[in-house]
Amino acid sequence: MSKEEYRIVKGQVMVPYELALGRTWSEFYDYLKEEKIMGKKCGKCSRVLVPPRSFCPRCFEDMDEWVEVSQEGVVETWVYVNMPFFAQEIKIPFISAQIRLDGSDTGFIHQVAGIDLSDFDSVRETVKLGGRVKAVWSKEKKGNILDIAYFEPVK
Amino acid sequence: MRRVAITHVAQSSGAESRESLMDFTYQINREILDKAGLKREDVGCIIAGSADIFHSGLSCANAFDWDGIGAFLKEGSRAEESAMSFIYGCMRILSGHYDTVLVTALVKGSENPDNDPITSFYGDPFYLRPVGINESVVAAMQMRQYMERYKVTEEQCAKVAVKNLANALFNPYADRKRRVSLKDVMSSERVYDPLKALECAPKSDGVVSVLLASESRAKKLTKKPVWFAGYGCSMDHFNPGDRDLLNGQLKTAAAAAYKMAGVRDPKKKIDVAEVCEPYAFQELLWCEQLGFCGEGGGGKLIDSGATQMDGALPVNPSGGVLATNPYPARGLYRIAEAALQIKGEAGEHQVGKKVKTALAHSTHGFGGQCHSVVILSA
Ligand SMILES: [Zn+2]
Repeated sequence: MSKEEYRIVKGQVMVPYELALGRTWSEFYDYLKEEKIMGKKCGKCSRVLVPPRSFCPRCFEDMDEWVEVSQEGVVETWVYVNMPFFAQEIKIPFISAQIRLDGSDTGFIHQVAGIDLSDFDSVRETVKLGGRVKAVWSKEKKGNILDIAYFEPVK
Repeated sequence: MRRVAITHVAQSSGAESRESLMDFTYQINREILDKAGLKREDVGCIIAGSADIFHSGLSCANAFDWDGIGAFLKEGSRAEESAMSFIYGCMRILSGHYDTVLVTALVKGSENPDNDPITSFYGDPFYLRPVGINESVVAAMQMRQYMERYKVTEEQCAKVAVKNLANALFNPYADRKRRVSLKDVMSSERVYDPLKALECAPKSDGVVSVLLASESRAKKLTKKPVWFAGYGCSMDHFNPGDRDLLNGQLKTAAAAAYKMAGVRDPKKKIDVAEVCEPYAFQELLWCEQLGFCGEGGGGKLIDSGATQMDGALPVNPSGGVLATNPYPARGLYRIAEAALQIKGEAGEHQVGKKVKTALAHSTHGFGGQCHSVVILSA
């Protein structure tokens, strides 16, 4: 039998999961429904983490203090995604960015949109490292990360 | 302390194999036992490196591969990152419990989905996954910061792909075999701008095995034992936003490995390096963090020619991960290639200089979340 005649079996795996968000992330998403971006502040190192954690991973101590951070921030880095991949629901092209929200000490990963994304050269003119962006809210809130529709450049 | 040596190495081609994973695994592990003149019963214990559901579509893939490794009815274990399989194997000898350990890593990348949908599962389902993240997205974010902070150019990053794919032409086991020019890389599709298609690793098949032995056993098994000299590993935060993407944990891992191996000046002491660079620019960044050049000096390093096959410190003479990317097995491939360079048995991609000390590096996770560094010596 030649190698070409070896057969293959096609398979697809679909199994359901139910994953707990826990208290802190549940509350974070409840705040998003109210159009508030909340972080948690570490009592030891004073860093404000967004998204919040129930404990500071560096100090390994509980974090109890909620603080509201700005809905504006600075683009720390970004990527122009022009490659579709299986199970990705966001239509390409889109911009994935890491944003340092004012009043926070972590990079917040989300999309930058609200501009013409079809022409890459003009995108490069508009989206820059260090450029300021602000949150644009989804009209319908579902209590998830996409309640923030995207961030748009501040003019 | 006891010493551990790599006595033998066997590896498959990275090209698509039509063999089943079990048969594919058997062939290479049978080959390494034949090379060493050992029977399955002679091997002390077995450590595998494989990733089950996502990289093989099989749960408990080790149950399916186990027979192909010759591991049944023996002590054995498995890690999902093959550089860790290697260190677990070394430890079974260092502890004095075994005189031989077979370490193998395996995957058939050709059978499973592309890397991007698989690596999107590195992200949590509450926050990172819904915003469209995967390994390539984070790598592109890291690349843009790297170029901006250190004024490294896109061309300098692209040169890594030109170098490594040229090296791969001399490696019979390489998967992606294509001579590319700087223009080819620069004009390849901007899949995750600033990352271009030819700067991203392919998806390969691969089974690789190394036989480890204690000092007394190694000297009986081979004339050219390759000694395990140092190891370091470190893991960064889960959330890329919690880290400085340009200052991860590689320096920490390298410092531990250098200390253990007594390497004071890596630039002088390391003769050749096999570095895990799933994205071209990462080779430059990793070279900086391994101490092969100063911070921000990666662009100049590639320009200098030092990392070419005939340079002062060749990096990835095998073609690296940009040529062959059997995902969970790629770390052990780096270790096997580093060992072959010390043995002088790398064939057409044997570097010009004499190799006494070699470095192998492995990474996984978003933007190099986890790094392992292995030092081998003649
Ligand atoms: Zn803290």
